[in-house]
Amino acid sequence: MEGIQKVDLTKVKPYGDTLNDGMVQMSFSLPVPYGDEACEAARQLASKMGFDDPAVVYSKDLGVGYTYFVMYGKCTHTVDYTTIEVPKVSMEFMDRHEVEDYISENIKRDVVIVGACTGTDAHTVGIDAIMNMKGFDGNYGLERYKGIEAINMGSQVPNEELIAKAIEVKADAILVSQVVTQKDVHIANLTQLVEMMEAEGLRDKIILVCGGPRISHELAQELGYDAGFGSGSFANHVATFVVKKVAEKMV
Amino acid sequence: MESKLNLNPALIDSARSAAGRIAENVQLFIDKNTTVTVERTIARLMGVDGVDEIDKPLPNVLVDSIKEGGGLSRGVAFWLGNAMVQTGKAPQEIAEGVSAGEIDITRLPIADENKIMEAVYKVAEKMVDRIKNNRSKRNEYLNTIGEGRKPYLYVIVATGNIYEDVIQAQAAARQGADVIAVIRTTAQSLLDYVPYGPTTEGFGGTFATQENFRIMRRALDEIGEEVGRYIRLCNYCSGLCMPEIAAMGAMERLDVMLNDALYGILFRDINMQRTLVDQYFSRIINGFAGIIINTGEDNYLTTADAVEEAHTVLASQFINEQFALKAGIPEEQMGLGHAFEMNPTLENGFLYELAQAQMAREIFPKAPLKYMPPTKFMTGNIFKGHLQDALFNFISVWTHQGIQLLGMPTEAIHTPHLQDRMLSIENAQYIFNNARDIGEEVEFKKDGIIQKRAQEVLAKAEELLRDIENEGIFDTIEKGKFGGVKRSFAGGKGLEGVVEKHENYFNPFIDLLLGGDR
Repeated sequence: MEGIQKVDLTKVKPYGDTLNDGMVQMSFSLPVPYGDEACEAARQLASKMGFDDPAVVYSKDLGVGYTYFVMYGKCTHTVDYTTIEVPKVSMEFMDRHEVEDYISENIKRDVVIVGACTGTDAHTVGIDAIMNMKGFDGNYGLERYKGIEAINMGSQVPNEELIAKAIEVKADAILVSQVVTQKDVHIANLTQLVEMMEAEGLRDKIILVCGGPRISHELAQELGYDAGFGSGSFANHVATFVVKKVAEKMV
Repeated sequence: MESKLNLNPALIDSARSAAGRIAENVQLFIDKNTTVTVERTIARLMGVDGVDEIDKPLPNVLVDSIKEGGGLSRGVAFWLGNAMVQTGKAPQEIAEGVSAGEIDITRLPIADENKIMEAVYKVAEKMVDRIKNNRSKRNEYLNTIGEGRKPYLYVIVATGNIYEDVIQAQAAARQGADVIAVIRTTAQSLLDYVPYGPTTEGFGGTFATQENFRIMRRALDEIGEEVGRYIRLCNYCSGLCMPEIAAMGAMERLDVMLNDALYGILFRDINMQRTLVDQYFSRIINGFAGIIINTGEDNYLTTADAVEEAHTVLASQFINEQFALKAGIPEEQMGLGHAFEMNPTLENGFLYELAQAQMAREIFPKAPLKYMPPTKFMTGNIFKGHLQDALFNFISVWTHQGIQLLGMPTEAIHTPHLQDRMLSIENAQYIFNNARDIGEEVEFKKDGIIQKRAQEVLAKAEELLRDIENEGIFDTIEKGKFGGVKRSFAGGKGLEGVVEKHENYFNPFIDLLLGGDR
């Protein structure tokens, strides 16, 4: 196979249609009026971002003196893929039946999980997808799991109430969903919960998990959570993590 | 209109009359009660506004004072009227006096009832004229500069800062938007007061205040004249202050209000007694002000499955229609809601969505139906999302929806960026224009997938409505039949604000707005 380059994983860059061509598509708006000067501004900006041969392939007047661009450029940077380490919930996920069997064999009692959308967040789509009977996209929620007592407190639950409920029902785990992330309101909210649980001396007793479209496992751990689940997570992922952790705590 | 879906008219009639009786039963309850926000609304409509030194709105100060004095069952109109007669002051001065501790409004001597009535009606009629003028002003705009074609393009702005919202709204209007909705800050629905003045801080949206309404109205009038299209302004008449928001909207010429009879109960856990009483007065105001209400059935489908629970959407539309009629809202102002929320992997899902949208069109022929975009199955893949929105737009123009809440390719990622809105408007304009008369050209196969689906949903909705009629709406909600959400009669927020009316209670605006000439 002469003439075909091998990927050098220590120097990876974007692929368009030829290895190492560096092609990136991007779109953004600039607060300047539509016209040739706007396109030149976009090109110069892309150069500063590290793109060679930046090209504006489309631009449009947004009204109010702003302009929208679709651009291509060749990325001049590379990354060393071989040295990358990403913290994640690293385990084989069980499906619902396996989780149920795991509970009856290893835990031998109901696992109690309390969930809520906390703070001012009114978007329950995430917590509902994980907890409600119906689940999401064909994946049943925790309420359907034999051996799990799932309590979904719904939206706009103050952290105080969530903790009070967890104490009342002797929860093994708390799930917090944060969908609204404008101005990083979720960070403040999630941090407050951890601090309150630490102050109550509960942090080590209860497994703490957060989730949402802008949540990563890494972020969750930084904030003091046991795990974080982002987009594309289903109930069985969360359930696997929680039941294994519960079993760990029993030994 | 001939039914393309071959729907059975007898079934539609039966569903509609069951919904009528459901609303009738609830009306008996509504008529016996008032709430703190209904009373604050009356105070606002009589001219009370502003805040005290700790930013507590004077309508709250006044109503709280009457409540503490044990007089709320008589209604704020009675006490304000009495104070006007006794002190010779205007309602605003009286509220300020109460706030300053100079007037103990429930301890004043009681004047002659006719004099009280005369004083109350004099200020009330002035407000009614103001609202009527706003309606005329809107009609004048519609007759001179005109409006966009239906489906109206509805976009949201949500920066948290009203002045930033203005920039985004004006950009959207220049790009082709017909309706601008200013999303409220998260959790405003749970505040038992309406904040005051212009605001520049909010999360996921901007506070609904009367001043913010005024600022945005002025901006949209300017841009409307520039682009040669009247731009409608929308806000959220829901939560614990439904009628107050309606009053503020009527005073500042809003055009569209989210205003559902059951939404607050199900999705904000507001007490059902409270919401049902509040929604009635809020709708009377919206109806008179010529405001199009948007109902929230689409929300059921964010928690419940859009295929399995489609009939609950239709049942709720029937109920919302009947509650709206009770409050004097004409069909032309009923933006009944529904949504394009089926799982995109479903085989023939587009056909089911089409059936649902066409069915709503045929059952509510005059209503400017509000059609909501896909949200639940948006993934962050903005390219696929743009396609999902395209299919949604296609159905809308095909089935003559009234108000098209534009889907954003970046749904599920962030509140829309400036260009997201432009791309969505472009998407809709392209499809609406390119397929404009498809609805007139294409019929559906007899007993095919589309017809059968619509017939099945109608049959299930009719059955559900007859069930609800037997059980009553309160029990139905307690059992979780809407959106799979259970709420109890005495649970939720705001019940302490419900007060049973005294036999001499009166609210001048119910007569003036409901019975008055339009």
